Amino acid sequence: MHKYLPQTNKDIEEMLNRIGVKNVQQLFLDVPKEIIDKDKIDIPSHKSEQEIYSYFKDIASKNIPLKIFAGGGAYDHYTPSAIYAITSRQEFLTSYTPYQAEISQGTLQYIFEYQSMICELTGLDVANASLYDGATSASEAMFIATSQAKKNVFAVSMGVNPRITQVIKTYAKFRNIEVEMIPLKNGRTSLEEFSKINDGRLAGVLTQTPNYYGLIEDSSEINKLIHEKNGYAISYVNPLTLGLLKTPSEMAADIAVGDGQPLGIPLNFGGPYIGFMAAKTSLLRKMPGRIVGMSKDSEGKNCYVLTLQAREQHIRREKAVSNICSNQSLMALWVTIYLSLLGKNGLEEVGKLNIANSHYLYELLLKTKKFVKVYDDNFFNEFVVRPLVKISSIEKILAKNGMSSGIVVDGKNLMFAVTEKRTKEEIEKFANLLGGLDYE
Amino acid sequence: MNKYTKSIFEYNNGQVGYDLQNNKIDYDVQRIINNQKREKELTLPSASELEVIRHYTNLSQKNFGVESGFYPLGSCTMKYNPKINELVSSFENFATSHPLLNEKYNQGSLKIYYDVCNLLCNITGMKAFSLNPYAGAHGELVGLMLIKQYHMNKKDYKRNKIIIPDSAHGTNPASASVCGFDTIKITSNEDGRINLDSLKKALNDEIAGIMLTNPNTMGMFEKDILEISKLVHQAGGLLYYDGANLNALLGKVKPADMGFDVMHINIHKTFSTPHGGGGPGSGPVGVNDKLVDLLPDPKVSFDGKKYHAIENSKKSIGRISTFYGNFAVNIKAYAYILSLGQEYLGSVANMAVLNANYIKESLKDYYDLVINEACKHEVVFNGLKTNPNNIKTLDISKKLLDYGYHAPTIYFPLIIEQALMIEPTETESKATLDEFISVMIRIAKEAIDNPDLLLNAPQNTYIKRIDEVSAARHPILKYKDIKDAKG
Amino acid sequence: MGKNMQNLKFSKTHEWIEVDGDYALIGISDYAQHHLGEVVFVDLPNIGDVFQKDEEFGAVESVKAASDLMLPVAGEIIEINEKLNDEPNLLNSSCYDNYIVKIKIIDINEIKDLMNDGEYEQYCKKEK
Repeated sequence: MHKYLPQTNKDIEEMLNRIGVKNVQQLFLDVPKEIIDKDKIDIPSHKSEQEIYSYFKDIASKNIPLKIFAGGGAYDHYTPSAIYAITSRQEFLTSYTPYQAEISQGTLQYIFEYQSMICELTGLDVANASLYDGATSASEAMFIATSQAKKNVFAVSMGVNPRITQVIKTYAKFRNIEVEMIPLKNGRTSLEEFSKINDGRLAGVLTQTPNYYGLIEDSSEINKLIHEKNGYAISYVNPLTLGLLKTPSEMAADIAVGDGQPLGIPLNFGGPYIGFMAAKTSLLRKMPGRIVGMSKDSEGKNCYVLTLQAREQHIRREKAVSNICSNQSLMALWVTIYLSLLGKNGLEEVGKLNIANSHYLYELLLKTKKFVKVYDDNFFNEFVVRPLVKISSIEKILAKNGMSSGIVVDGKNLMFAVTEKRTKEEIEKFANLLGGLDYE
Repeated sequence: MNKYTKSIFEYNNGQVGYDLQNNKIDYDVQRIINNQKREKELTLPSASELEVIRHYTNLSQKNFGVESGFYPLGSCTMKYNPKINELVSSFENFATSHPLLNEKYNQGSLKIYYDVCNLLCNITGMKAFSLNPYAGAHGELVGLMLIKQYHMNKKDYKRNKIIIPDSAHGTNPASASVCGFDTIKITSNEDGRINLDSLKKALNDEIAGIMLTNPNTMGMFEKDILEISKLVHQAGGLLYYDGANLNALLGKVKPADMGFDVMHINIHKTFSTPHGGGGPGSGPVGVNDKLVDLLPDPKVSFDGKKYHAIENSKKSIGRISTFYGNFAVNIKAYAYILSLGQEYLGSVANMAVLNANYIKESLKDYYDLVINEACKHEVVFNGLKTNPNNIKTLDISKKLLDYGYHAPTIYFPLIIEQALMIEPTETESKATLDEFISVMIRIAKEAIDNPDLLLNAPQNTYIKRIDEVSAARHPILKYKDIKDAKG
Repeated sequence: MGKNMQNLKFSKTHEWIEVDGDYALIGISDYAQHHLGEVVFVDLPNIGDVFQKDEEFGAVESVKAASDLMLPVAGEIIEINEKLNDEPNLLNSSCYDNYIVKIKIIDINEIKDLMNDGEYEQYCKKEK
């Protein structure tokens, strides 16, 4: 017996009795003898709870905790404590997908609230219950565009995070979709270059804002152009900016996608995060993933239910819009609580703090004369600079002082992210340390 | 039952629920904002921290978790989610680990990734794993991509079809579609197992592979699996193992030994991680020698001293996730495997199968047992055995709610018209099973003597049967739609 | 119902077709609507679309199911029943009085492969 295996010998005997077999092996007689219970599985001996705790504490100590000044698609934002308290409640944490609506009203309601908030943020009409991450959401949006437009060429700006583009390309490859990259001009998607390829072959176009280099992009013009050629405009956006900056709907996007990680989700070495998708009403039935709707029960009370399931895998099977089943439900709760706590004012404030902190570091770094401008300063919380000192020395001295470096981009530039979590002292120390380095 | 009815959007009196650290830096942020200002109105709640916590606490009380009661959902493996897993996966050094930093700062995270891959290899017999897929369906998609790439690499371009049994879970054909494959359906026998003739007829040089769940969705072990694997391999195809039912074989049978070339695992099923109301899960993909080089990036290697993050590997199919998958979920699986260890891992399948057969024997006089054979970890009934009032499985499931149970899986697999699928899992005691059995028997009797009790169920839940038709006909999918509907 | 069933032909996939010269109306049979349950949405094609015999031209959705619509004979869509956008349940209440699309027939000979009322009734009995 084990704490996760509650059957006593007496229980086992009684159960075998009722079943009418001598031992449990008799329940496996249809398994070929040569493949069952062959040898002992080569895994460690079982550990007690105390040993497990120490074991993982030890592994955790092999991670060096640093004050994070790197972004690249994963950002170090503050997680309000209330979120941990609510998301660890077993009714949310351990429950199954809300197919039995009568006893899942909690889950269904928070998903409905999440959908509502994603629509508010993006300005679009309908949102789904979440997808895995930003990259796979963008890939699903590409599939919507190609199947609706009945074309198989899809344009992606070079301003999109290259890791996201790699995921899109993998998805595209297996569906014989051709991905065409749009070059940048001064760090942003080139309208001129886009016009050259916007000749009617494109099912859609994907741009990102803020883009991979941190620069804020207005895709209104590009989106207008793709519409003229019967293509779809897809906007990949950082939701944390949407309290202050132009929404995908104001830029005429048909679909908005992105990752909700900046809404208080910890870094967690890359996951779980959460992909979101919102779209115009006309694309409702083409959207992948679960959707929660409101309805009434037999007594006329308001309630929530999974709806429009006829699009999904368990009904449509090979004709389903997508294959998605489990999504990131608990993370949808996570960001819904975040947005409930912050509200409109909080979202504006946290956005402004990100802009202020990052621009403060930007100016301090330029002042040291050890860094050179690369692009303009129209960015949110991430920027690129070219170091005149050795990148390895930068990393070394920062690590020595408990701080991370940024991400190397284009071989010789460095990209730093500064969120509301960085204190003034940290920012100033960061700049001072780098200012004190010798020129390369 | 909780009768709370407020929407979070009703909290809008200007309360504040946040308290952000402000460096008071004097910077003209408005200049940046004005370059691209949001003009569209934004409506979000404004609530105090207490109001937010009360709201979501009340919502949670309208839910049913594994810790509320028995959750006999067939095919979902709703086993207990151990708390030590939650504790260790949330250690600060894991939560603050940024995936793009130089690997020297993330040796702990990389070690976990590497170790979990190894453990899964040893448990399943596969040669290598990727932990990047975010869920089972995602793992299926990745597995199919690997199969497609394998054939493309051999310039075998004709192979664009996947064989799938008619009893398969919907994600199988859906994943095949997403990957650009056509689906060929094969039929099952009366005993729920694959009809070998149907399979032989379907095999040709256009078949890329076959997707199988074993035990299948009827809870039956495909005893001809070695023959099936031989046939498919002879025809030039590969075998994909849908690991959704791995709990029946954990520690006893290795998918690699059954002849599978590629597989996925549902970590949130077999390896005890919480379902989260619909995710985050994790769907690692394992492969044998044929496909190792094709696994997605990023990967992790170990040189004996240090762990290395590998990107842009030459033969990989590419990236299918931005980073390393739902990493925090996989830490929990690691802790679970160690909690059981070599001594107890094999008992999981034994007890899961014992529990399911106990339920089968106890209910077969009241519910129509589809296959009168020892089942594995789950049992399927085709509605009531004696049914003068034509009570449907839906009615039975709604009545169970009145008794405080989460319903079993209904109407799946599709080939059984009134399917009722029960998977107790190994973490349930005999006492719990006995209580459940007596309730199911009582319902069966009510179906004969007092059918209205079922037809009007649920009565004890706050929300009764829901009008799903209007929800689909006139969708109200966000808070603003409600206000618009009210006019 | 107002329709003369003798004028209708039926496909194996449960669509009915009423031919009128070069044109025809297409709908779904009572058997189909009964199996689907309450229809919540009809996915209509565009006017001008051309489909082959047995090609999928749209879909009918209920809460728990979705069924593709196959064109019984090759044709070009010249009219779609827009009433079904707001009242998809018309296909349940009067499936023979509510057409889904009107087509211009491409090859009138394809009609002979279809079943008449009596043959279709037998076919449905066997399906059950």
